[in-house]
Amino acid sequence: MSLLRPTAILLEKELRSELRSRELITTTFVFVLMVLVLFSFTFDPTSTESRRFGAGLLWLALLFAGSLMLHPSFTREQTNDTLAALRMAPLDPVAILAAKILANFCFLLLTEMILLPVFAALYNLRIIGVLAPLFLVMALGTLALSTVGTVFSAVSSYARMRELLLPLLLLPLLTPALIASAEATSGLLDVSPSLSISWTAFLAAFDIIFLTVTWLFGEYLLEE
Amino acid sequence: MAQAHASSTLSPASAAKPASSQGLETIGVALLLAIAGYCALFVAPTEATMGQIQRIFYFHMPFGITAFVSFLISFYASIAYLRTRAPKWDLLAVSSAEVGVPFITVMLVTGSIWAHPVWGIWWTWDARLTSTFVLWVLYVCYLLLRTLIDDPERRAVISAVFNIFAAFDVPFVYFSIWFFRTQHPQPVIGGGGSLDPRMFDVLVVCWVATLAMLGLLLRQRYRLEALRHEVAQLRMEAGSPGEQL
Amino acid sequence: MDTASPKSASPGVAVEFQHIDKRYGAVFALRDVSLTFGAGECVALVGHNGSGKTTLLRIAALLARPSGGLLRFSGDGMEATGGDIAAKRRIGLVAHHTLLYDELTAEENLILFARLHGLDHPQQRASAALGPANLSRRARDPVRTFSRGMRQRLAIARALLPGPGLLLLDEPSTGLDAAGQEWLGEVLVGLSKDGCTIVMSTHGRRDADGLVTRAVRLAAGRIQEDSGPGGNPDRVLASALAGSEGS
Repeated sequence: MSLLRPTAILLEKELRSELRSRELITTTFVFVLMVLVLFSFTFDPTSTESRRFGAGLLWLALLFAGSLMLHPSFTREQTNDTLAALRMAPLDPVAILAAKILANFCFLLLTEMILLPVFAALYNLRIIGVLAPLFLVMALGTLALSTVGTVFSAVSSYARMRELLLPLLLLPLLTPALIASAEATSGLLDVSPSLSISWTAFLAAFDIIFLTVTWLFGEYLLEE
Repeated sequence: MAQAHASSTLSPASAAKPASSQGLETIGVALLLAIAGYCALFVAPTEATMGQIQRIFYFHMPFGITAFVSFLISFYASIAYLRTRAPKWDLLAVSSAEVGVPFITVMLVTGSIWAHPVWGIWWTWDARLTSTFVLWVLYVCYLLLRTLIDDPERRAVISAVFNIFAAFDVPFVYFSIWFFRTQHPQPVIGGGGSLDPRMFDVLVVCWVATLAMLGLLLRQRYRLEALRHEVAQLRMEAGSPGEQL
Repeated sequence: MDTASPKSASPGVAVEFQHIDKRYGAVFALRDVSLTFGAGECVALVGHNGSGKTTLLRIAALLARPSGGLLRFSGDGMEATGGDIAAKRRIGLVAHHTLLYDELTAEENLILFARLHGLDHPQQRASAALGPANLSRRARDPVRTFSRGMRQRLAIARALLPGPGLLLLDEPSTGLDAAGQEWLGEVLVGLSKDGCTIVMSTHGRRDADGLVTRAVRLAAGRIQEDSGPGGNPDRVLASALAGSEGS
């Protein structure tokens, strides 16, 4: 298959590259941590207050960190024009995008898994009882960020002011996913935690639609 | 890839109409708007609770809907461009997006003007206004993106893809904010309750006038864009002998 | 260094340009270029910087989309217009950039591209390709640590991996020392013997003696001179060389 196998091969390459340098994961982790610490100065992080603001702040921090971290996704391929090498290979060009989306998804999710306990400790929130549903919500939200973020990193790689452009484009577009993720997470951090089926389904629908749109139109982004 | 020759130059000459007919159009639209304004101010009954200021609704709503129509046209044009690569679709895409933005702005501003005398606030984060605001940002981003890419063909392709993503995002934006608001309510501007039939009639009149205005503005904007495009083509043809990269 | 002879070399691919235009913004990089390179030809593309050589090669490599005109490949049972994935299997490019991942090792780069091309035994092919390029000792080192000449040799090795029927080279001797250039020459002779079509952009200097069967000179995106499929390329090469020395 000209889509699945190359995606797997390229995904392996992306993971291997990141494993060597570990630049993206460490920088993202530290960035989000700093943002969370700074946010804690804006309100009194008692359990009650944190339950009101915490989820939103976490996702906002992730959104900002993500839009910074996703930027090199495509600009990295411009250094030695390796993108040309990938485009010359006999594969569906969408595979190039798909591999990067999945790789960025893995990096972000890994960072979040390490961050969550720290976040919970800093903001006095209980996450022990809700780990599984929390993981589901984080995964769906992160997939949204990764999908749209990777596509727009390709979009902005052709424009001037690309470092500023990427977060600018992402914020309005990811607003629905941000709201859904924050609300779903908030529900899980509540005194009597519950998983909001509506918001979770919404996130899943968001992911499916935008992955499909990427599949249909993504290859145009790689043309010359 | 089987390539057709690059589309022959657009001829805005065919799109251009003699000045008299343009003038006629403008007069026609102005007339419609005048009628609509008259209806909104004098024909429509005064709303029970809000009084005269409610009349602004007759423009607030139609402008919003018309903006939507404009963005829908832009979405369709972007898809058509990616399929056919005919420059005219790119021109339509940017024209309709650009014309849509002021319509949205008017809708947001009238919302604010409406809110202040009635509720004492300049803005409320109610579902419709908030979603429309995000929509406004999205299309401003589309226009901004276009100014940041220099190569015309790449600009057309990239912005078309962005436009498609933005268009698919719109229902999600509206739904998520609406659903959020059902759980965290805020004062809502207008909309609640059924409409007096006379109010509905006036609304339709205003909407027709607004659509006519959209048609006029859109055609003007498109003509302008087509002319720009043709000038660029001509420059290229003229400049090419001995042109070095 | 032994002569590299691609294991799976096959008869060459012919490429046809029909009225190709390529525009970048306001500038025409190529203007109404019509050419056919037959299977097995060894063509030298000559011209100044900015004459359109790189653009022509990138279009032939299916990287750049022509703004106008048609591109067609044929040969070896393949009838393909550009855009077919099948066409990509038979084309190799040595470009201005190395097209290599700096953070991966030489071996990893080759294995990656072998796998992307769907070649079997990627590991063995990679090792086998490194030997003739005199890179075996550095197989496990990241490309980041390579000299310019070594990267160029690796880039050439990468282009050869799938045993191309059409090999496109953009000033391939850049960065190569004398030994490297000699190896390149042997590679091209071997490929040519196997029937591979070679299109190589040069400044006019002879990259491979007696190998070039045809020379095409470009200027300002148009064809100025073409020695033709059966003709003698020497005059065109000489005029290009004189041009570049004079300017």
